[in-house]
Amino acid sequence: MPQEIHQHTLPNGLTLLAEHMEHVRSATLNFLVPAGCVNDPPTKLGVASVLSELIVRGAGKRDNRALTLALDSLGVDRGESVLAIHTQFSAGTLARNLPQTLEIYADILRRPHFPAEEMEAVQALALQDLQGLEDEPRHKVMIELARHHYPNPLGQDRRGTVECIKNLTIDDVRGQYRRLFRPRGTLLTVAGNLDWPKLRDQVERLFGDWQGGEEPMLTLGPRPPKRKHVAKETAQTQIALAYDSVPIQHPDFYAARAAVDVLSGGMSSRLFTEVREKEALCYAVSASYRAFKDRASIFCYAGTTNERAQRTLDVILRELKKLKDGIEPGEVARVQAAIKSALIMQQESTSARAGAMALDWYYLGRVRGFEEIQTAINSLTPEGIVDHVRRFPAQDFTAVTLGPKPLEIPA
Amino acid sequence: MTFHHHTLANGLQIVGETSPKALSAAIGFFVRTGARDEEPAVAGVSHFLEHMVFKGTERRTYLDVNKDFDRIGANYNAYTSEENTVFYAVVLPEYLPDAIDILADILRPSLRNDDFDKEKNVIIEEINMYLDQPMSSAYEQGRRIHFNDHPLGNSVLGTAQSVGELSREQMHDYFARRYVAANVTVAVAGNVDWPKLVGMVEEHCGRWNSGPVERHHVREAAGSRQFQLVTKESVTQEHVLLFSNGPPAHSPLRYAAQVLSVVIGDDSGSRLYWALVDPGLVESADTGFSEYEGAGCFITSFICEPDGTAKNLEIVRELLRDVQKTGITKEELQVAKSKVTSREVRHNERPRGRMFAVGMNWTYLKQYRTVDDELQAFDAVTLEQVREVLDRYPLDQTTTLALGPLAKLDGHKKNGK
Repeated sequence: MPQEIHQHTLPNGLTLLAEHMEHVRSATLNFLVPAGCVNDPPTKLGVASVLSELIVRGAGKRDNRALTLALDSLGVDRGESVLAIHTQFSAGTLARNLPQTLEIYADILRRPHFPAEEMEAVQALALQDLQGLEDEPRHKVMIELARHHYPNPLGQDRRGTVECIKNLTIDDVRGQYRRLFRPRGTLLTVAGNLDWPKLRDQVERLFGDWQGGEEPMLTLGPRPPKRKHVAKETAQTQIALAYDSVPIQHPDFYAARAAVDVLSGGMSSRLFTEVREKEALCYAVSASYRAFKDRASIFCYAGTTNERAQRTLDVILRELKKLKDGIEPGEVARVQAAIKSALIMQQESTSARAGAMALDWYYLGRVRGFEEIQTAINSLTPEGIVDHVRRFPAQDFTAVTLGPKPLEIPA
Repeated sequence: MTFHHHTLANGLQIVGETSPKALSAAIGFFVRTGARDEEPAVAGVSHFLEHMVFKGTERRTYLDVNKDFDRIGANYNAYTSEENTVFYAVVLPEYLPDAIDILADILRPSLRNDDFDKEKNVIIEEINMYLDQPMSSAYEQGRRIHFNDHPLGNSVLGTAQSVGELSREQMHDYFARRYVAANVTVAVAGNVDWPKLVGMVEEHCGRWNSGPVERHHVREAAGSRQFQLVTKESVTQEHVLLFSNGPPAHSPLRYAAQVLSVVIGDDSGSRLYWALVDPGLVESADTGFSEYEGAGCFITSFICEPDGTAKNLEIVRELLRDVQKTGITKEELQVAKSKVTSREVRHNERPRGRMFAVGMNWTYLKQYRTVDDELQAFDAVTLEQVREVLDRYPLDQTTTLALGPLAKLDGHKKNGK
């Protein structure tokens, strides 16, 4: 089945991407607005998150209750999430409800009320969210890892701080909206059983005259200290490691992804085999690739009982360093099979396609076809991946631990 | 889409919904066994056994099992619940024969001693992992007190002690009794060559032991209606769960119960949302309906700052009393149906989703139900049926468990550990 992908950029800079999927009855839409938490002013940390809660509490002709009711009546499963660079709005529904859903999202993005009387409730929610993180050690350690690995504000958490959130005003939220919500750099991706000419015309009509906002300047601070231990009386010690890799536009990108998959894709991957299967040190161990446009990293995680934690860390570090010593052809074949399988199965999911198109466009300015990815994957070799690992070795780690006792981390 | 069904001589059931245009194929082995089928002495054995299934057979070591799955790019895993243990793989259609070969093989595991001893540590790590997740602990303890003497209160993971003391022989004995052919359903969906599939399952599973399987205590739960406060000073937020009874998996009222739970506690626009989340009184709140063989339950939960717990609990109780007394509105029913319809359609678009639906329907009901059958059943729910659910399973008769830093709540003294 050939892919049917359409693209249209409005004169004001908003880009619409759509993939027609004949065999489904649903559709997913996904907005990426360049208003992520890296733009939170230092005295207003958390404002993007508060904005994302408040923006759906009334828009256009509907107040808070009416807006929720309208989306619920269309059977929309929705989510608003604040990421580092973007604020994301996603909505899945039946294909026949897509046009009406889009009308409502135009109100949300362009005509939000930001009712002053809702501000206190939204602040309270944001504070609860911040507190709740203390009960999720696994999540918390990864947030601390990002904070210590990237120069500020790239690694800052969307939740902000208690002090900042308490001091936020409705004008701060409205100001943040006026500053950052803008068509240029906003991406709308839609996947599902859609009618492209109608969708394009509707988006032209709803967003064609959207103006305003400007590209904010982002000044990066120095890199924070690379070691951190969060003391907490927990049953398990959480271990988080990060080191630099290459970004998506880099010629080594596919080799870098393959190296991560050798470490952590599937149950025969090295970390699972060495840490869990051979030594039974933990239940959860993994490595994953995370990218910004101009930089990328590998994040590793393991959670294990305190007395096994040092050994777990040592084995993970050993395996990360060992990659440069060689990779088996069987490991590359496994990585190729997994990626091929994931690519094909992605075509069965509207949300997966809407998400993948958005990421491709953001990072590469185009949507990669399956054949392009397939060709790149097929040309991977053990030697090519090892060469990459030697050029970009696992070293200079950022390490964060959470638990009763700190661990020994070699320099 | 076409439905197929075949029973092997030893009683193993094979069901499938094939769609030749699908890009993937999904296969699952549904073993009708779980925590409820465990004696206290072997608490956690079902889940531990699920792990041991991946540890190899006469033909494969654990490394071979992992490599064989990964070689075909399979998306595979397994899970254990109160009453089912399911092993599954989603693959590109050309690899379905390999997936059957692996799954059918590993379902006759060797249970080697050294693998058993090693994997015990992994299970204990999994138990420890959940100990650091207060909502998971609260859920397990809440189930235990709500179901009381009913086996649906059994813990899926067991405890570090029960798992620690388990012997390989006890596991083998459990395996021999529970993993017999008549207790297994193989379900497939997607791009599947049915006759070939049946031939392969026959070849691999045709000699599996037959024999009777019993499940005891298949009955509705009384629901203890206890209140328990578990004080854990290391936890930051208070985690509260309220359990009440609901219709079982075979009941025609399950659709009305599902719709009712959406009206009360969906994450968007529900009564609970407006009462607790919208005003910022909690971190999160929701209501779910779970159906089991012979019993069902509604679970309402919320997480909040400890100081607000008593007030929030009263709001929830008042809300449940109100629904119990006056029911839901026609508009609420309509909106809930829209949500459920949209979710059903989207969850069932992929072979993976269909395989689980087809397998579960067969395990529980011995019925094939299409997506449209399900949509029609939800669409047919009436306010009278919702009333019937409420009358038979009063929402306001709850078992309550709170876990968090609070030492005192609601006039009740600390009575947990």
